[in-house]
Amino acid sequence: MGLLSNVFKRNTGDATPQKPAVVKTDAAEQLKPKPMNKEVKIVAKKIEVGYVHMSGCTGCLVSFADNYDKLFTILDRYVELCSCLALIDARHMDTMDIAIVEGSVCIQDKLSVDEIKETREKAGIVVALGGCACYGNITRFCRGGQQNQPQLESFVPIGDLIKVDLYIPGCAPTPQQIRNVCVMAYLLLRGDDKQKELATAYLTPLMKLAQGGTEACGCDLMTNVINQGLCMGCGSCSASCPVRAITMEYGKPNIERDLCIKCGACYAQCPRSFFNEAIISQYEAIDDAVKGALQ
Amino acid sequence: MGTELGNYKSVVSARCTDKEILKGAQDGGIVTQLFAFALESGIIDGAIVAGNGAEPWRPEPVVATTRAELLAARGTKYNLSPNMSLIKEVTRSYGMDKVGIVGTPCQMQALRKGQVYPIGLRDVGDKIALAVGIFCMENFPYQSIIQLVEDHAAMKMESVKKMEIGKGKFWVYGKRGQVVQLPLKVTHKYEQPGCHVCLDYVANLGDISTGSVGSPDGWSTVFVRSRNGDSVWAKAIAAGCFETQPMEKVKPGLELVTKLANEKITKNKKTLEGRATFGVGKGLRNPYL
Repeated sequence: MGLLSNVFKRNTGDATPQKPAVVKTDAAEQLKPKPMNKEVKIVAKKIEVGYVHMSGCTGCLVSFADNYDKLFTILDRYVELCSCLALIDARHMDTMDIAIVEGSVCIQDKLSVDEIKETREKAGIVVALGGCACYGNITRFCRGGQQNQPQLESFVPIGDLIKVDLYIPGCAPTPQQIRNVCVMAYLLLRGDDKQKELATAYLTPLMKLAQGGTEACGCDLMTNVINQGLCMGCGSCSASCPVRAITMEYGKPNIERDLCIKCGACYAQCPRSFFNEAIISQYEAIDDAVKGALQ
Repeated sequence: MGTELGNYKSVVSARCTDKEILKGAQDGGIVTQLFAFALESGIIDGAIVAGNGAEPWRPEPVVATTRAELLAARGTKYNLSPNMSLIKEVTRSYGMDKVGIVGTPCQMQALRKGQVYPIGLRDVGDKIALAVGIFCMENFPYQSIIQLVEDHAAMKMESVKKMEIGKGKFWVYGKRGQVVQLPLKVTHKYEQPGCHVCLDYVANLGDISTGSVGSPDGWSTVFVRSRNGDSVWAKAIAAGCFETQPMEKVKPGLELVTKLANEKITKNKKTLEGRATFGVGKGLRNPYL
């Protein structure tokens, strides 16, 4: 049974009929929303994913949603979205397999700091989604002094406060990358040995990015690629930059650093940052696997 | 080794049947003909190719949408053309759903990474309709080519008709018929350093990859690799785009391709190993780990 039919069933009321309220005469009491029965899980083996919104713009979530019908397939079969303020009326975090975190953390905002700590406690795997959560991105430029919380001036990527297991960089991250990670995370947690092996191999570079620190900039192309004698002038960085801060001059990236918003996409997309040949050379099979899973 | 030529479904020696394309082609006119055919038959909406830049023999990536634009990009330019820099734009302002791209092995790697790990390349992966890889031993910065042509070969860049690396020499052909050959030894120090960690000679990740080595002059060696490449190649053959010879029948054949691939990979693996202990108790970064 799919998610839609599940929702439909609940709306028409023939799932678990709710008992009529015990006789209450107070009209105001009757208007109170009745407690919902917890949704019966159709696919028992779905992974529980919470979407945590820190200081982000919701663009990462929109990117997730931009998988269109495949989002429904993901939610139908693989992912039980257990918290997500934008979409679900669950006010508090429960334990979950994976927390997907968007946005950075304002250290002067106690609630935010508490929430990111709680996320780490409640989640088995923490994924930093998007440039802000991974690297601070545009919030790197924050310096307070604005109404009506002029003291909110310091924002840090979540990896500066908690251990993060996996990065999905980019501003915005691509729907396809989020989709791939969802499917692979499912295979990692619920698959057979072979699937686990594939998922681990696929996710490893993204986990290594998470171990690689919380700073990103167009400068990474200089310090980690060109300065390391690795740049071969393919132009991927230039294509992946969301603000066109990178042009190719005589075959090498020229970075307009005052345009750069520090999202980390250029370096992560560069084939000379990580290139796990064993996985990438199987591009046809990986595509088949992911698309097959979402058929 | 055994993996030096990558995965492939078939390999042939081929040349295009279109005399006009062949006239200005580097070898067998495979890339130009493939894209021209794909364009005419609706397999692609356009292709990212190495067009002509602001200076002589300096390529600039362009999106070719006509046969004339494809023809204008014929011939090898031995310096950097960052073709991947257009891979997202071609699906945006150019509005293309079926993209062709030609590139060196590293650019094919970049393309496939962008498909498997699309970090800054939203909605690009599914729009790659035909990726043609070209064999590549190494590349040069533009200033290196000026140095080689103007200083070592003593020719003006404007007066060059064709450049070629083959038979152990760097060949420069002038428009007035003069030919200068430089020993490859002279060219080595001008190579792009980033090429020295490359472990791919015959564009293992192209749908189809092609190059001069292994086939006679005027012909190309063609590997058909992916499902997609197989289907496009079959259609092109059926349309009479190419004449082919079995690889076993031509000289010097696959043996030379294998030998050169092995040489490149062995040499560059050694470079990578050297990087690990480049400093004192410290090394340089290895992208493959």
